[in-house]
Amino acid sequence: MRLRPIAAIALRQLYLMRSSPTRMLPMVAWVAIDMVLWGFISRYLNSVTAARINFTFSLLGAVLFWDFFTRVMQGVNLAFLEDVWARNFINLFASPLLISQYLGGLVLTAIATSLIGLLAMLAIATPLFGLHYAALGLLLIPFVMVLFLFGIALGVLTSGMVLRLGPASEWLVWPIPALLSPFVGVFYPLSTLPSWMQAVGHALPPSYVFEAMRAGLAGHAYPAFDLALAVALAALYILLACAAFTRIYRYAVRSGLLARYSAESMS
Amino acid sequence: MPTLALNASRLSKRYGSLRAVEEISFSVHHGEIVGLLGPNGAGKTTTINMVLGILQPSSGSVQIEGIDIARHRSAALAHTNFAAAYAALPGNLTVAQNLRIFGLLYDVAGLSQRIDELLDEFDLRRLRNTRSGLLSSGEQTRVALAKAVLNRPRLLLLDEPTVSLDPSAADLMRIRIRAMASESGCGILWTSHNMYEVEQTCHRVLFVSRGRILLEGDPKALPQEHGAQTLEELFIRLAREPLNQSTAAS
Repeated sequence: MRLRPIAAIALRQLYLMRSSPTRMLPMVAWVAIDMVLWGFISRYLNSVTAARINFTFSLLGAVLFWDFFTRVMQGVNLAFLEDVWARNFINLFASPLLISQYLGGLVLTAIATSLIGLLAMLAIATPLFGLHYAALGLLLIPFVMVLFLFGIALGVLTSGMVLRLGPASEWLVWPIPALLSPFVGVFYPLSTLPSWMQAVGHALPPSYVFEAMRAGLAGHAYPAFDLALAVALAALYILLACAAFTRIYRYAVRSGLLARYSAESMS
Repeated sequence: MPTLALNASRLSKRYGSLRAVEEISFSVHHGEIVGLLGPNGAGKTTTINMVLGILQPSSGSVQIEGIDIARHRSAALAHTNFAAAYAALPGNLTVAQNLRIFGLLYDVAGLSQRIDELLDEFDLRRLRNTRSGLLSSGEQTRVALAKAVLNRPRLLLLDEPTVSLDPSAADLMRIRIRAMASESGCGILWTSHNMYEVEQTCHRVLFVSRGRILLEGDPKALPQEHGAQTLEELFIRLAREPLNQSTAAS
């Protein structure tokens, strides 16, 4: 596969961010606000709770992981939406660009933007609230990988949804992380949930990350098999999301949706 | 090297019961400028979209440089490029950034040098760091044309490329495009509603109406052959003909 078209998609985002503080600021502003808010809540709970629970990890750490996942997903979405807003699809897809290259470019952009968000979060959470992720050691790798892969999968799938339903469906994308958060047990064990919600949670890879994190904090062994399952599940979702995007793209080419893509919703 | 830059064969596009394009066949030779003429809604843009691979024909085939676009989309599109008034380049990128992005998308070799050449050729050097969205419509057209020739295409599709240009700039553009066709051997498919321009520029024209090719020939000879004084008169007559027929039928 030629790499220059992938670089072109990512470079476009770099040009946009470099010249636009309004694009740069949200990458760090919201996560910084989350870190400060949850950092102080964790500090307060640590000071008033008799039980020896480390809220810095179980709350602030969980928020950081969840924000990272959200940034990855939105990294894909925002890069895609830039093309929607600029009505750039005809220029892009009348070129030799392949769908796999386009998605590769979106993923490359998401890697860069989510890393910036992650570094911003760590820069606040570590010195101010004593959240030391280094303590997790090598476990950080599967944790981050699961969240990253699932973020990409959801970003690609929801971008496909916007391609299919039209630009007006953009608002459907933003609440999706909030919609999923009760099911994946960001702040509580899955066993807290009713059985049908647990079943949904088990189908969502991030739930294994938060369960593993809590197991580690409670001094139990990390469930290596569960984490491997989560990585496999997230990888499977990426394949399914890419297949869905490709199918929607083909429909858009067949039906004329791509050629007439505009600010209005499509049926 | 294939003799045809473009070969469209029995191309149709239907949306339910609506027949946007109906079994049209045409070709563009290397070095030839073919005008695609017709009233609004005739199927010109639908045809161009099918040639560009962003609209799948209901039936028929498109070959660019002998490569079937349905089977080898990327390879076929590597030989082509386009400029259209309805497909402006991203306005939030500068002229140079847009050319670089599209140069990478088309995998242009020696890209920096090529961009430099085009900035001079299209008189864009002083605008290179200006955002495309801030340019006048004439300047935007020049940027779109610079992008369209970035990869030295063997087939160039131009959908009303001079619509926003003043007469002098439009004339210069026509001269440049004619020179490009004759010097590089690039085949050009050109749509325009400016009949003077079509007569001056095109070697051959196709009149399209209601998704069908009604007439084909030399734009200078066609009016006389069909009892019209000018190409514009012929255009008006052909454009109204199906309408008059359908009105009479109803």
